[in-house]
Amino acid sequence: MATISIGLFSSLIGSMNSDFAVKLAETAVNKGHSVNLWFSGNAVTLARKGQKSFKDYSYLAERLKALQENGVAIVACEACAAARGIHKDDVIEGIAVHSMDWYVARAAKSDRVLHIGGE
Amino acid sequence: MSLSANDKEGENNMAKSILFVISRPPYKSENPKLAITHAMACFVADMHIDEEVEPVVAFVGDGVLNCIKNQRSQEFYGIISTEQHIKNQLASDMRMLVCKEDLYRLDIKPERLINARDMGADIDLNVVGFNEVQKEMERCDQMMWF
Repeated sequence: MATISIGLFSSLIGSMNSDFAVKLAETAVNKGHSVNLWFSGNAVTLARKGQKSFKDYSYLAERLKALQENGVAIVACEACAAARGIHKDDVIEGIAVHSMDWYVARAAKSDRVLHIGGE
Repeated sequence: MSLSANDKEGENNMAKSILFVISRPPYKSENPKLAITHAMACFVADMHIDEEVEPVVAFVGDGVLNCIKNQRSQEFYGIISTEQHIKNQLASDMRMLVCKEDLYRLDIKPERLINARDMGADIDLNVVGFNEVQKEMERCDQMMWF
């Protein structure tokens, strides 16, 4: 089975890119692949805790939790988050916060890297 | 026999290479700067893995607009310029390719491109045909499109 790194750059709200990235991660995990999910740029908003579910907006917190439980490494970019006022205490439990070197190291060791979105 | 991207014959002991392709113009999107900062992070990626990671940056499409010198983002936006990041990378000997056809399409002459000679850089932005960018795409272990 392969290791897949997914870099997401779109915000939680505003497009369906984040939904697509999460669905892709779920599919890969269900097929037995190992997945790294990296939130950079506006995608760090996915890591913020306290999100509420509304019918008009994407809500991915529960699906991220399920991905974590299935072994997916979910990590938000430290600088991108801090620049948006999202600090470690604001992040969903289990989602890690690292600098970009963590991601490029994981990506370098992956079998495939996919980048999704970006405003 | 099929070989995965990480299993290229004879390359097992070499550094991993990541190609960062920048196709968006500066300041309208965060992506070009994210590409550049991710590329810079490669220099310390070996803290996490047992290999070095070699970054290469390629500017294509409207992304070549990132390479024009005398950017005034500090004056107008109060932020460090993409130019300064590119200069830092040239001074760090990072290979940076600029698509010749896209420069021609936008009528950007080579003399308008950023260089970091004032910082003691030994290399300049490397203007190449898109076929050379394609070769780099085939050579790299991973490609990240921004």
